[in-house]
Amino acid sequence: MSILDSKIPKGPLKDKWTNHKNNINLVSPANKRNIDIIVVGTGLAGASASASLAEMGYNVKAFCYQDSPRRAHSIAAQGGINAAKNYQNDGDSIYRLFYDTVKGGDYRSREANVHRLAEVSGNIIDQCVAQGVPFGREYGGLLDNRSFGGVLVSRTFYAKGQTGQQLLLGAYSAMNRQIGKGKIQMFNRHEMVELVKVNGKARGIIARNLETGKLERHGAHAVVIASGGYGNVFFLSTNAMGSNVTAAWKIHKKGAYFANPCYTQIHPTCIPRSGEHQSKLTLMSESLRNDGRIWVPKKIEDAKLIRQGKLKPTEISEENRDYYLERRYPAFGNLVPRDIASRAAKEICDAGFGVNQTGEAVYLDFTSAIKRYGKQEAAIQRLENPSESKIIELGEVIVESKYGNLFQMYEKIVAQNPYKSPMMIYPAVHYTMGGVWVDYNLMTSVEGCYCIGEANFSDHGANRLGASALMQGLADGYFVLPYTIGDYLSNEIRTGKISTDTSEFEDAEKSVADRIRKLINIQGTKSVDHFHKLLGQVMWEYVGMTRNEKGLKIAMKKIKEIRDEFWKDLRIPGDQFSLNSELDKAGRVADFLELGELFAKDALSRNESCGGHFREESVELDGAQKGEAKRNDKDYAYVTAWEYKGEPENSKMHKEELEFNDIELKQRSYK
Amino acid sequence: MDLTLKVWRQKNRNAQGALEKYNVSGISENASFLEMLDVMNEQLINEGTEPVAFDHDCREGICGSCSLYINGEAHGPAKNVTTCQLHMRMFKDGETIYIEPWRSAAMPVIKDLIVDRSSFDRIQQSGGFVSVNTSGNTQDANALPIPKMNADKAFDAAACIGCGACVATCKNSSAMLFVAAKVSQFAYLPQGQVEAKQRVKNMVQQMDNEGFGNCTNTGACEIECPKSISIEYIAKMNREFLAATFSTSE
Ligand SMILES: Cc1cc2nc3c(=O)[nH]c(=O)nc-3n(C[C@H](O)[C@H](O)[C@H](O)COP(=O)(O)OP(=O)(O)OC[C@H]3O[C@@H](n4cnc5c(N)ncnc54)[C@H](O)[C@@H]3O)c2cc1C
Ligand code: SF4
Ligand code: FES
Repeated sequence: MSILDSKIPKGPLKDKWTNHKNNINLVSPANKRNIDIIVVGTGLAGASASASLAEMGYNVKAFCYQDSPRRAHSIAAQGGINAAKNYQNDGDSIYRLFYDTVKGGDYRSREANVHRLAEVSGNIIDQCVAQGVPFGREYGGLLDNRSFGGVLVSRTFYAKGQTGQQLLLGAYSAMNRQIGKGKIQMFNRHEMVELVKVNGKARGIIARNLETGKLERHGAHAVVIASGGYGNVFFLSTNAMGSNVTAAWKIHKKGAYFANPCYTQIHPTCIPRSGEHQSKLTLMSESLRNDGRIWVPKKIEDAKLIRQGKLKPTEISEENRDYYLERRYPAFGNLVPRDIASRAAKEICDAGFGVNQTGEAVYLDFTSAIKRYGKQEAAIQRLENPSESKIIELGEVIVESKYGNLFQMYEKIVAQNPYKSPMMIYPAVHYTMGGVWVDYNLMTSVEGCYCIGEANFSDHGANRLGASALMQGLADGYFVLPYTIGDYLSNEIRTGKISTDTSEFEDAEKSVADRIRKLINIQGTKSVDHFHKLLGQVMWEYVGMTRNEKGLKIAMKKIKEIRDEFWKDLRIPGDQFSLNSELDKAGRVADFLELGELFAKDALSRNESCGGHFREESVELDGAQKGEAKRNDKDYAYVTAWEYKGEPENSKMHKEELEFNDIELKQRSYK
Repeated sequence: MDLTLKVWRQKNRNAQGALEKYNVSGISENASFLEMLDVMNEQLINEGTEPVAFDHDCREGICGSCSLYINGEAHGPAKNVTTCQLHMRMFKDGETIYIEPWRSAAMPVIKDLIVDRSSFDRIQQSGGFVSVNTSGNTQDANALPIPKMNADKAFDAAACIGCGACVATCKNSSAMLFVAAKVSQFAYLPQGQVEAKQRVKNMVQQMDNEGFGNCTNTGACEIECPKSISIEYIAKMNREFLAATFSTSE
């Protein structure tokens, strides 16, 4: 058996999950009452898992760093969630969702996992509706759908531009029901800072109470990490300010392999940065690309005038606009996958066509959509010969009903009315496909330690399709983990309560306390943010949208230098036994400073372009796909899983070869 | 812009707090309010002073973490925004800005500008859910059509972010708007009907237990609510509550 046993069940792809579920060992209800599970994180993945596990009868302890589980970063997801319901009768099916996801991921994900995801996707929608999630509906009372990038069907369910909020509040309500019953013990404002292993098995965690600074020991029969993605390694991203890699990194250091850290999604439609003070970037949902058209001026002189504020976008005539996505990718147009749309924006801005002061922005224009909807609406209302202004008025109402809150959000930030003047957008770091390596059961390489949601690596390969993260988070939490964990726990029914009065817990607690003391005692001169920003600049410059060997080597060296400086010159005012946000941040940035180096090392090791990972050395040199990313299946059709060996640069690579039996590997084409 | 800030500082739950004065300069009007506080905190750290603690996470108006009382208004002077969506262009150069935490007995200050809103969670735990287990064989999502108008009303109510501005702004510290939003979300959906009576009773009971004040219909909450949750929902909840209290079949 190779070190990386993915435990993919035998048999035909479409029967694997059903057969596996039928063969999983079960834990009797009486025994479940004696088994404790720790869930770190209350986003879609963690909240749905906590609720489902508690409903099944396990005792759950759930942790989040915010003051309430409802505030997990999933709350910010805007556009929607995919499911193969085929309500629109447009040819969708489980197979098609599976196929789109594997293709969208540029053939770097596990077939069996993705198929399972597609299989349970429909149940997610049923479950959410039953909980009272108010999805968008049509006038007939049935659920409405929209399309997202990289696919040709409408399978995305949504609740205005607040889908993540509504789904999370649904999962949160399911959690609340169990908290009320005492089946879930909730620990708000608590951060998991260490994994405790006993005889090789995950048996608990050390958590820090962020209000009092006290360290706490928590024992359990299994530990589930659902701590989200690590996009904040770039400092600026669309992630919440507190999103971090700490929980995932702690288990990595305790033996969980970290897979494909370099697979990052840079989202094409975000509000461009405005200045030095910038603390985060705001996403404008991909759903906007359903109706918005992306363009830059055709003439470079016009772009210059716009940047100088001497010309307005509305003054540029149709024939002088370059709808470059529609031009380059006629089949998918504005709905090409994210990695492609982002690189195209970077290329066109690098060529001098950018439209804001920094030269890093393109337009997203709703004029055509407003007119189209206006005409439709005029017809529905039986208006004869409606005036142009009436059509626009009617169209704006429809656009508002679809994207109102996004337009409002844009206007609040940029102080411009996007109904009247096109939005400006630019790519930003958004999501991390890489993460903790897990097998088919979602168990990491540490026995009894699981990882779900964005924190794991499993389903999106090298690029995630829009509206698939919410689907994966809820699939993992509601429908996969609650079953697969039973297989492991069925062997734990005789273990008895996990005591925290052991040397393992004591040692773990001590190492955490030492590290905190060390951080506080540096007493240097620079703030945590200072180092975080430096790290972010290096990541964005050398490990961002395009990467090359030379740059990646520089990045590794620089990150190590920043890390050394951090441990010499950091200043954390305040003390450790009270609420101290600087200390919280310092712990997280210390982990980012290690992850960043591994990230660059991983990117260096993969000398091919695939999905969000674009190596300048690997592009198509001629033919119809000239200039597009070139994948190399012969040498790189594997998952890279890194084993921790002290310094990140010494990490050891393991490979999980990917087998494609049901899908033929093809060059991705959206032309 | 240059600004004078008067900020509430309080060491912990039990300590006495007071306003402290800080000056910041060179703030861009495109910066958000919280980014302005970042600048202030960076300055404090450089001086070796403990930075001001405040809750924040998403910084895009959806997580409900941020919670500042700015110049006497919850979430500051702009309408329909959270503190994190407030931009400095709303303020004048040279202005003095007062920054305080929410104030309500049911939401005590933990430190500086951070308050304890766990009372909100406990209200939700008392009934803010539909009792349905995860099973994988709930009925098909489209088996039960829901009139769009009701679905939209449920959505508008469900848009509450649980920030607590309604409580902070109410002279009685009432949590009615927050509770009404959840009760109404379910009241407009068929899935919510089965437990409707018990839900509203339990949630109102818990709200009272937490020490929130009574609603006297001043409507201040609706004005300050960053998500424009309408006080119509309070009326809706009152109807639900009356129906539940006078119903004989339990
Ligand atoms: C702006 C935005 C919009 C998006 N829109 C969409 C969309 O439309 N469709 C889609 O499919 N996807 C979307 N995504 C992606 C999707 O939202 C996320 O991938 C997904 O919500 C992640 O869920 P999660 O449960 O894995 O983690 P999260 O929701 O990030 O939750 C992480 C949890 O872990 C906790 N935590 C973290 N570290 C610790 C620690 N050390 N100790 C204790 N607790 C910890 C946090 O408190 C939190 O509860 C969007 C993402 C962003 C940023
Ligand atoms: S009702 Fe409005 S003000 Fe009150 S908690 Fe909800 S969003 Fe905040
Ligand atoms: S920080 Fe999330 S709403 Fe303000």
